[in-house]
Amino acid sequence: MLLQLENVSKHYHLGDTVIRALDQVNFFVAAGEFVAIMGASGSGKSTFLQVASMLATPTHGKVLLNGKDVTTYNEVERARLRNKEIGFIFQQFNLLARTSALDNVSLPLIYAKVSDSERRKRSEEMLKKVGLGDRMNNTPAQLSGGQQQRVAVARALINDPLIVFADEPTGNLDTKSGDDIKELLTNLHKEGRTIIMVTHEEDVAKIAQRLVVFRDGKIVSDQSHGTKKQRSSRKNNKS
Amino acid sequence: MKDIFYIAIKAIMLNKVRSFLTMLGVIIGVSSVVLLTAIGNGLSAYVTSEFDALGANTLYIYPGELFGEGGTINAESSATSLTNSKLSLTDLRELKRLREHVKEVAPLMLQSGNASYQNDKISATIIGSTPNIETAINIPAERGQFFSDSDLEGSKRVIVLGYKIADELFGKIDPIGKKIKLGDTSFTVAGVVEQKGGSFGGPGFDTYIYMPYTTFSNVYDNDTIVRILVKTTDTEHGEEHKKAIEDLMLKRLKDDEFTVVDQSELLSSINQILGVLTAALGGIASISLVVGGIGIMNIMLVSVTERTKEIGLRKALGATPNMILLQFLIEAAVLSLIGGMIGVGLAYLGTLAIQSFVPAKVTMEAIALAFGVSTVVGLIFGAAPARRAAQLSPIEALRYE
Repeated sequence: MLLQLENVSKHYHLGDTVIRALDQVNFFVAAGEFVAIMGASGSGKSTFLQVASMLATPTHGKVLLNGKDVTTYNEVERARLRNKEIGFIFQQFNLLARTSALDNVSLPLIYAKVSDSERRKRSEEMLKKVGLGDRMNNTPAQLSGGQQQRVAVARALINDPLIVFADEPTGNLDTKSGDDIKELLTNLHKEGRTIIMVTHEEDVAKIAQRLVVFRDGKIVSDQSHGTKKQRSSRKNNKS
Repeated sequence: MKDIFYIAIKAIMLNKVRSFLTMLGVIIGVSSVVLLTAIGNGLSAYVTSEFDALGANTLYIYPGELFGEGGTINAESSATSLTNSKLSLTDLRELKRLREHVKEVAPLMLQSGNASYQNDKISATIIGSTPNIETAINIPAERGQFFSDSDLEGSKRVIVLGYKIADELFGKIDPIGKKIKLGDTSFTVAGVVEQKGGSFGGPGFDTYIYMPYTTFSNVYDNDTIVRILVKTTDTEHGEEHKKAIEDLMLKRLKDDEFTVVDQSELLSSINQILGVLTAALGGIASISLVVGGIGIMNIMLVSVTERTKEIGLRKALGATPNMILLQFLIEAAVLSLIGGMIGVGLAYLGTLAIQSFVPAKVTMEAIALAFGVSTVVGLIFGAAPARRAAQLSPIEALRYE
């Protein structure tokens, strides 16, 4: 298994009450899978993404990446792991303002201590791959939403990560741009990338081969397309 | 490291106006510290050079106890002792006999008064002395000549003018042989001393009028010797000469009725005072450097809050806390350092501008210190905001709006 969550719980304290954002979740992803995560707001899907992507540590349970327990890692080790093995695509794109597309894409390479010329070369290649070869020196303000998200995708892929996490990647885009990003993700999946994507849009979730539904911090449905009826997902997809 | 440095520089460049305003505190702090120490150093160098011009083998005998405990100048007692001076012409004669030690002796009598020529009038310091004062304190007559021994013996009413006195009373007219009045008495101008400058606005060599002390006593009915100037035979045996002179003086005067001062003692006292003054002024100026540092801290704190989301993103993409810490520390230090550079530049221009009024000298030590201090200020006051940035949780930071 590429990624495995064993009995993972994440508790938050809000005053005296304990919020169980994740409640004894068991989950695994094989290499090359494209998983869509759905659920109402407060269902735990965002917390799941944070824990699975090593941004947050679980309160209980283990997260294993390629068989290694990463919950024992300290902050610096987790930062290095995110840098090398995880790619992030955010709903808000999260590009650095007033910074060229090229510099935005090469940001993770700076923290990977890759040399200047190598950074440039790889970032140019990656931008060409997402169809922005002619926009490399544009800043985010000079790019459309769809183009900004493409830059973000290029940035997520620049370190050739094991898993790409996408949090509502089309949430801030119009239909046309959203379709472009969907196509881009589908192609990445065809190339063999492992993608875990949180979304609340059913038609976006459809591009994944597997759908996991969260409710009250638990996985209530986990199905691959075409194998079973999608009873649970329809019920939990009102957000 | 190089890349993080680049990131920090870029952040500064993206906010040029704010960066400049942040630097302003450090600029003012550094420039005032450098400028004030430059003035202090310049004054000290000036005083030293003036003393050197008088010659290293010059001793002064002051009435009363000039030095208090620990070698500081005793202002109060020296002021009162000027009026109760026990120094006399007998001392002068006795000193002349110490041929082994003493080469030349000149008394100084002092009086202030007004000099007038036709309708022009100027206030002056009138000094009664002997002709050898010309060589003893290096005030050669530029025009005419100094009064002579026969002038001294005959109590002749001849005077030698300081440069400024001659300039203001006579302008382009040749003053030699002209008669000017000091109070109601007429004097013939024998010579004019070359321009000496100095004394920063107060009375200086250029506003002195010299006359034979015999004439001085007659005219002013005052034979108080306020100082005796002694040129010793050589510079090597300074301590021996001083001891011999002190022993001689003690035959007639009490220990607290006179003080023999050599140049180095006086110089070190003056430099001590200048040093304290410079340190005090520098200290006051460095308060503004601290204020500048607080300005940097303030802006860096705002900057960290403003860039919370950026920090979260950097952390998500693999920046370790130390990398974030370094980024903000470098940003603060560079801001401060650039401020320091501009400050040193301004101080340098400032010293050029005031050099015609006050001798000022920017030393390498002052520049090095300013750079060091401004960098340290940046690091110290940048530390708190940088730590705050480094400790941000990536999730919280990414969620921040």
